[in-house]
Amino acid sequence: MIETPPAHVVTVTNLIKQFGRFAALRGVSAEFLGGKLYAILGDNGAGKTTLLRTLAGLNRPSSGRISILGSGKFHDICGQVGYMAHPSLLYDEMSGMENLGYFARLFGITSDARCAEVIRAVGLDPELARPVGQYSQGMRQRMSLARALLNDPKILLLDEPFSNVDLNSAGEMVRLLARERDAGKTIFLVTHQASLLEGAADEFVWMEFGRIIGRTRELKRPAIAEESAT
Amino acid sequence: MKRLFPILGVVTAALLVYALYMALIGAPTEQTMGNVQRIFYYHVPSAWTAFVLFFVNFGASLVYLVKRKAAADMVALVSAEVGVVFCTVVLVTGPIWARPVWGIWWTWDMRLTSTLVLWLIYVSYLFLRRFSSSGETPTLAAALAVLGALCVPFVYFSIWFFRTQHPQPVMGGGGSIDPRMLHVLLINWLAFSCFAFLVCWSRYRLEKLQREVDQAHALESLMAPRGSVR
Amino acid sequence: MSAPAGITRVTLLKDLRLEWRSKDASNSMLFFSLLVVVVFSFSFDPSAEESRQIAGGLIWVAFLFAAVVALNQTWAREIRNQVLDAYRVSPAPANSLFLAKVVGNFIFVSVLEALMTPLFIAFYRLRSIGPAWQLLVVAVLGTWALVVNGTFFAAMSLRTRSREIMLPLLLFPISLPAILAMVQATTAILNGEGARFWMTLLVTYDLVFTTVCLLLFETVLHAE
Repeated sequence: MIETPPAHVVTVTNLIKQFGRFAALRGVSAEFLGGKLYAILGDNGAGKTTLLRTLAGLNRPSSGRISILGSGKFHDICGQVGYMAHPSLLYDEMSGMENLGYFARLFGITSDARCAEVIRAVGLDPELARPVGQYSQGMRQRMSLARALLNDPKILLLDEPFSNVDLNSAGEMVRLLARERDAGKTIFLVTHQASLLEGAADEFVWMEFGRIIGRTRELKRPAIAEESAT
Repeated sequence: MKRLFPILGVVTAALLVYALYMALIGAPTEQTMGNVQRIFYYHVPSAWTAFVLFFVNFGASLVYLVKRKAAADMVALVSAEVGVVFCTVVLVTGPIWARPVWGIWWTWDMRLTSTLVLWLIYVSYLFLRRFSSSGETPTLAAALAVLGALCVPFVYFSIWFFRTQHPQPVMGGGGSIDPRMLHVLLINWLAFSCFAFLVCWSRYRLEKLQREVDQAHALESLMAPRGSVR
Repeated sequence: MSAPAGITRVTLLKDLRLEWRSKDASNSMLFFSLLVVVVFSFSFDPSAEESRQIAGGLIWVAFLFAAVVALNQTWAREIRNQVLDAYRVSPAPANSLFLAKVVGNFIFVSVLEALMTPLFIAFYRLRSIGPAWQLLVVAVLGTWALVVNGTFFAAMSLRTRSREIMLPLLLFPISLPAILAMVQATTAILNGEGARFWMTLLVTYDLVFTTVCLLLFETVLHAE
C-alpha cells in the first residue's frame, strides 16, 4: 500500500514584512505539516508575533507567498483558522457565555450548546455570570482560547497564550492543546515559556532577527550558524 | 524622459513670463474695477488648476484602490499637495481682490466658498497621510480621497443654491467676458498648468527617491548579519 | 434571515446591551449634551423673533459637538482588548459590523438630540411656523449623514496618531455640504418656507455616502 506523504498544511515562501525602515520578517521560508504542535520561540523582536499575525491574515506581507490549507487567499479559509493573542479579544463587560455567544454568531454558529461545550473544554463554567473583565488572567486566557476554538478550526494560531497565567491554568491549556493536536488540529504557538511545552510540542521553531534559524525536536537551541547572507 | 524636464522648464518659464506680461500689461483694463481686476488672471486659473489636480488625485486614488500600485499612490500624494498650494493662492488672491473693490475681506461667492471647502478637504487628506503609519497610509488616504472627491458636486450644488437665496458679490466671471480677456485667462491657465505639472513631476521624483532610500535601509537590515545594529 | 443581516442585528444588540450595562459613558455624554445647550444659551441670547433665524444653525452645531463626542467612542470597546482582530479573522463580512455600528451610533446620537431639543425650544422660546414633522425628517437625514461618515472616519482614525482629533478633522470638511443643508432646511421650516431643495440634497448625500462607505469599509478595516 502506498502511503501518501502527509500534506503540508502551511507553506511560507520567502516572507518579508517591512515596517517603514525596519524589517520584521526577513525571508522566512518553511513548510509545516498538519496535525502537529509547533512552538515558535525566540527573543523579543525576532519576528514571532509578526509571523503569526501574517499567518492569521492580520498582516499583509511586503513580499513572499503564503499558502494555508492549499489557498493563497486568507478570505477563503478564514473559517478554518482560530487566533488568540495576549489581549483577550473579548468584551470585558459581558460574561463568558455572552461573549462566546456573540462570536459564535460571527461564524454562523447559532447553538449555545457549542459555546458551553468549548467553555467546559477549557475547564471553565458556562454558567458563570461574572463579566470577563473580572476574571483572573488565567481564566481570561482560557476563555480566549475557548473563543478561538469555537469554530473548530483546523489551524490554531496562539500568540503568548500563557503570559501572566498561573502554572495550573497554563498546564491545563497545554494538555487541552495536546488533545486538540491529537484530534488533528495544527497548532502554532508563540511563547517565551518554552518549558511548558516540553513533551507536548512536536517541534520547536527558533526565530531570530526575522528568520527561522532552526527547528528542533527537543528544547535545545540549535547551534548558532555563522553569519550567512541567505 | 529626463531630458524633457529642462526643456519643459524653459518652455514653462517662457509661458509664465508671457502670461505675466499679458495679465499686467497686455490685457485691456476693466472698466469698473480698473487695474485691480488683473488679479483675476491669477485667481481664476489657480482655481481651475487646483480643480484639475484634485481630479487627478481622485483618479490616482481609484487606481490605487483597485491595483495597489505604489506609483498611483505617489501621484495621488503629489497632486494633492500641489493642488492645496493652488487652492491657497485662490484663497489669498480672493481677499486681496475683494478688499479694494468691495471694501470687504471675504465674500461667500461661489468660487471662493467652494475653494475653501475643497482646501479644507484636501488639507485634512494631507493630515491623514501624515498621521497614519506608513503601511496603511496609501489605503486610508485613497479611501478618503474618493469620499472627498464625491463630496465635490455636493459642495458646488449646495453653495450654488445657498447663493441664489443669499446673493453675494460675485468675483469676476459673472456674465459674458471680453474675448481678449478670455484669451489672457487661458494663456495664464496654460502657464499655470505647465508649472503645476513641473512641480508635480519634481515632487514625484523626490518622493520616489525617498521611498527607494527607505527600501534600501530596510533591505540593508534584511541582509544584515545577526547582531548588527538596525 | 440572511447571514450578513443576522450579524448586523446581533452586533447591534450586543452594542446596545453593552451600552446599557456601562451607563457611565452614556450618562456623561447625556450630561455633556445638556452642558452644550446651556453654554450656547449663555453665548447667544436672541429675542424670540431672532431666534428662529439662528436656531437652525445653533441646534445643529450643538448636535455636531455631541455627535463627535459620541462617535469617538464608537470603537473604544473593540480597541480595548483588540477585539477587532477577532472580527477580522472571522468570516463575518466587514459591512455588517459597519452597519451595526452606524445604526448604534444613530440611535445613541438621536437620544442625545431628543434630550437637547426640548431644552433648546424652552431656552429660545422656539415655535415653528412650518410643519414640525418636516423638522423630524431633517433631523433623521442630517443625523444619518453625520453618523455614517463619522463611524467611517472613526474607524480610519483608529490607525492614526492623535486619534481623537483626527475624527473631527476628517469629518467636518466632508460634512460641510450636509451641514449647510441641515441648517438651511431647519431654518427654512422654522420660518415656514420651503426646504425641498435642501431635503433632496440631504437624501442624495445620505444615499451616496452610505453606499461608498459600505463599499470602502472592508478596505479600511483591513488596512495595515
